[in-house]
Amino acid sequence: MSTHEPILLKNMLRLDYSGSLADYEQVGGYQAIRKVFGKMAPKDVTQSVMKSGLRGRGGAGFPTGVKWGFLPKDYQGPRYLCCNADESEPGTFKDRQLMERDPHQMLEGMLLACYAIGAEVAFIYIRGEFVLGAAILERAIAEARRAGYIGKNILGSGTTVDIWVHRGAGAYICGEETALLESLEGKRGLPRVKPPFPATHGLYNKPTVVNNVETLANLPHIINRGPEWFASIGSPPKSTGTRIFCVSGHVKQPGNYEVPMGVTFRELIYEHAGGMRTNKPLKAFIPGGASAPFLTPDHLDVKMDFESVAAAGSMLGSGGVTVLEEGTSMVWAALSLMEFFYHESCGKCSPCREGSSWLVQTMRRIVAKQGRSQDLETLTDLCKNIAGRTVCAFGDAEVAPIMSTLDHWRSEYTSLIHEAEAANLLHPERLTPRH
Amino acid sequence: MLREKNQKEIDEILSRYPVKRSALIPLLYLAQREQGFITEAAMREIAALLQLTPPQVYETATFYTMLNLKRVGKFHIQVCKSLMCALVGSDTLIGWIKTKLGIGPRETSPDGLFTLSAVECLAACGTAPMMQINDDYYERLTEEKVDRILADLRTTGTCSLKTGPFMWPEPATKA
Repeated sequence: MSTHEPILLKNMLRLDYSGSLADYEQVGGYQAIRKVFGKMAPKDVTQSVMKSGLRGRGGAGFPTGVKWGFLPKDYQGPRYLCCNADESEPGTFKDRQLMERDPHQMLEGMLLACYAIGAEVAFIYIRGEFVLGAAILERAIAEARRAGYIGKNILGSGTTVDIWVHRGAGAYICGEETALLESLEGKRGLPRVKPPFPATHGLYNKPTVVNNVETLANLPHIINRGPEWFASIGSPPKSTGTRIFCVSGHVKQPGNYEVPMGVTFRELIYEHAGGMRTNKPLKAFIPGGASAPFLTPDHLDVKMDFESVAAAGSMLGSGGVTVLEEGTSMVWAALSLMEFFYHESCGKCSPCREGSSWLVQTMRRIVAKQGRSQDLETLTDLCKNIAGRTVCAFGDAEVAPIMSTLDHWRSEYTSLIHEAEAANLLHPERLTPRH
Repeated sequence: MLREKNQKEIDEILSRYPVKRSALIPLLYLAQREQGFITEAAMREIAALLQLTPPQVYETATFYTMLNLKRVGKFHIQVCKSLMCALVGSDTLIGWIKTKLGIGPRETSPDGLFTLSAVECLAACGTAPMMQINDDYYERLTEEKVDRILADLRTTGTCSLKTGPFMWPEPATKA
């Protein structure tokens, strides 16, 4: 196992670390804002983050400093920072740990981001189910406010930042940044047509940056230890730093593991997560949350960085790695994810709204052994007409499980359909009308 | 009605946002907390508070799964059924609950205590199978744990098996 120093999980790995302000200060907390507020020009903070190579940890992997740089320089009105704590991508459970175990690390990151972009108000959009996480954050914000780290004229620097917790109410799509903004404005969480992008027309139509919890939690470390240090970790130049990978499914020890980007899936699954739970071998894995296409045992030596996983035909996404053992039906697994996407389609774009319903019905009948051979063509045709034809990336995500299982495990579909067709020959009365 | 009882809290919520409508979901939560679900009267009152039309409130309220427009049991059991939980036994978990309470998904027990829902991913995939009951998460569930949770809820209204600040694997087990 490669040895490495955890960055984001370092504090909480100590048994006596409670995540309180006192604990955080004891390990050097809020030193980064002392270093920056009033002493460094905001554009130099952005420059440092660009130099570190930090990329968004929510899924898309967009360079954080570049995203900040898109905000209009000469705009005089308010700007906003939104922390995306919606953590709704199936297979992902890292932000929950970062918020509940070390809330001040993320709050300090938010303060730094606010300083860099010139925002005086920031919102944490946290998924509604994280009631405990929201309470912990509220408590941490109150502590930091009392200590003068949040509020007006922070540490006498003249910088003002206020941070508010805003709970979502149960909608996967609100992890998409423009849907998040709509939801924060009190509307249905429907993604916006882009452009314009949030950098110019975001929350309340004002310049806005939306960053993921893990992205923000990295910022104090980049400031304290320098962008060069950060850029030397992982798989430079394009995938720098560590990632917290969330391992779930048929492994011995599922959980959150922070490793430098660029380790292989084999190392993560077999060394960190303890390997398969029984003697059944690995059959498939999802490399980056439910939206990422399935990969096969042939891909175990792929490096876990943005480019390598993309080259293997999938994506590193949110860092949720789900492992499936031999014996798991891939058609069933694809249906399970399709049920999720069908439930969560927001309904704005017809290819996704109608397509997800059609896909889920087709998949249900194939799994129920009532499929027909032309169903495979229907699936492919539908997938091709959804991907790339919607306002947000949901359309591409929802076809990923079906497309990738059709690619790698097509025979599982055909054998289910053959079984159904053989039964239909014996019992023609079972044939049901279909659209 | 909401206003009389919660004026201070409502003012505090409104003070956070530069645009009033942003307070809509927090106020709907408040209404739900007061009555267990969101009534039409509450939605009309919130509309007036935020200078919105009742349909504007309704269109938001109907989008989000955590906002209940119908009464649910005192304990709302939500079992995650997404793939990550399904791989390690969410079906079995739903089966146990069904045996113990006699209710399936979308049903409420006759005494009004429990409502069971099968829901999509709750971001606890490493500690599956799991469920949320009202505000609390219960993870790495076994039949014995489910027994104890349901019994404790019946008798005391709470259960110590609920998850605290989350970390998995726990630091001690990492050594």
